[in-house]
Amino acid sequence: MTTTATPAAIAADPPAPPQDPLATRKVAPRRRYGRWVVTAIVLALTVEAVRALAANPAYQWDRISYYFTLDVVLDALLVTLEVTAVSAVVGFVGGVILALGRMSGNPLVNALSWAYIWFFRSLPLVVLLIIIFNASLFFPRVGINIPFGPSLVSYDVDGLLVPFVAAVVGLSLNEAAFAAEIIRGGLLSVDHGQIEAANALGLSPWRRLRQVVLPQALRSIVPGYVNQLIGLVKASSLVYYVSLVDLFGIVYQLESTHVSDKVAILLVGTAWYLLLAAVLSVLQHYVERHYSRGWEVRR
Amino acid sequence: MTTTEKTEKTVEGVRVRNAHKSFGPHAVLKGIDLDLAPGTVTVVIGPSGSGKSTLLRTLNHLETLDLGYVSVAGELIGVREHNGRLHELSPRQVRRQRARIGFVAQSFNLFPNLTVAANVAEPLLAHKVAGWDAAYTKAYELLDRVGLKHRCTDYPRQLSGGQQQRVAIARALALEPDLLLFDEPTSALDPELVGEVLAVIKELARSGRTLVIVSHEIGFARDVADHVVFIDGGVVVEQGPPAQVLDHPQNARTREFLGKVR
Repeated sequence: MTTTATPAAIAADPPAPPQDPLATRKVAPRRRYGRWVVTAIVLALTVEAVRALAANPAYQWDRISYYFTLDVVLDALLVTLEVTAVSAVVGFVGGVILALGRMSGNPLVNALSWAYIWFFRSLPLVVLLIIIFNASLFFPRVGINIPFGPSLVSYDVDGLLVPFVAAVVGLSLNEAAFAAEIIRGGLLSVDHGQIEAANALGLSPWRRLRQVVLPQALRSIVPGYVNQLIGLVKASSLVYYVSLVDLFGIVYQLESTHVSDKVAILLVGTAWYLLLAAVLSVLQHYVERHYSRGWEVRR
Repeated sequence: MTTTEKTEKTVEGVRVRNAHKSFGPHAVLKGIDLDLAPGTVTVVIGPSGSGKSTLLRTLNHLETLDLGYVSVAGELIGVREHNGRLHELSPRQVRRQRARIGFVAQSFNLFPNLTVAANVAEPLLAHKVAGWDAAYTKAYELLDRVGLKHRCTDYPRQLSGGQQQRVAIARALALEPDLLLFDEPTSALDPELVGEVLAVIKELARSGRTLVIVSHEIGFARDVADHVVFIDGGVVVEQGPPAQVLDHPQNARTREFLGKVR
């Protein structure tokens, strides 16, 4: 600074601004003309696309609302929900067990978990479902035996494997393999210092998992896991191949019998799957918010 | 706390005998013998990789020794003697021993998903020594002692490094351990935050507990230590009162090390 300050400036409190005129100028943000152009183009395209979609007479809006709440459609939706829900729960429990198995120090448990995940991740789900549906060709009867001893109870596999059971078994086996890797990834993401701190305080393994490791792991598990669950909702459409009429099944049957309403029926199927995924996405938001406690704020 | 109380409580302090530890082919501890009187403050110094942190971690069985033993107040740590051999204790027994030994790590390791008060209450709840209300009352009391009562409901990440380390000290104190271990408690802190943590430790040094501190703060060691141990290459090179080890080191390696840190 070259200019000498006046006595008034020295006495002033707070001190007067510096004399250099450039130093007193505000900085105006750069104008983003390109952004305006892109916005205008994208907006125009979007409006046109929505208009073209919405105004399409092929939709038969009245037929859509008819099929949307049709009894057989709602029954089939319930099948989709039941199969998905049961498989999600069984798959999660199996996934936790497999993830812990993969992280176990026991080489046999470790190898078996790895083999399970390898096998059920590799097999196309539709092939797995058909194999299970026809399991009686592999194992005609199942039961509880004393190892190398007599059988206690035994059942006919054909009688047990009604389509619903076959569907749930197949989806769960597959789901557990994928869930295991997501859960293992989350558990591995927890800093080792956390486990050591819990050990140094003398926390039991169960308390350490519940209070320290799992809440932190879930932060990174949840986004991937919701992905997996949405995948499961959609994969449940394959149960049609084991004679279970789910949402996809009913859509497939209706559109081939009511050819004139094909578009409306397909859109009803689309809408229901979108809704199911939307519910899961909203749930994801709240679960993620719950497990981000303590992270979102820094100082 | 008076001296008589101390001697009644713990006749013997920390004893380390012939401690050997290797990680694979790399020998970290090569026969360490130590005797630390109860109620004293010991500062362990030494170059990085000298084994001082490993030694500290064997004192609460975070590391298992290959050979030799550690005992605290006359009780073997992490092992028991049976038929002339040392056998590792069950996890439950190890947890019970760890409850009596506080441990403060370099990187604080507070649980980020729990509030500050919940972090301090956690060991009390985990060991079922207090109900919910009593555990939190105790947590507030301990946080008050380290000057952080006003941050109880915050999460650790909202605190500065120095504050986090003070919470970690409060957490280590929750079960009222007779022995407190500090693994380079100020090494992860910005220089201006070191003082507040050292002040808390200095306060503890006067409380009659046995403190073992691995530290690079030579000035602090001179200030607070009753006993200084210099470790290099997995062996105790020199030990004694700070005035002797820090100001009149007998060994050339000690002199060389102190020359570098100063």
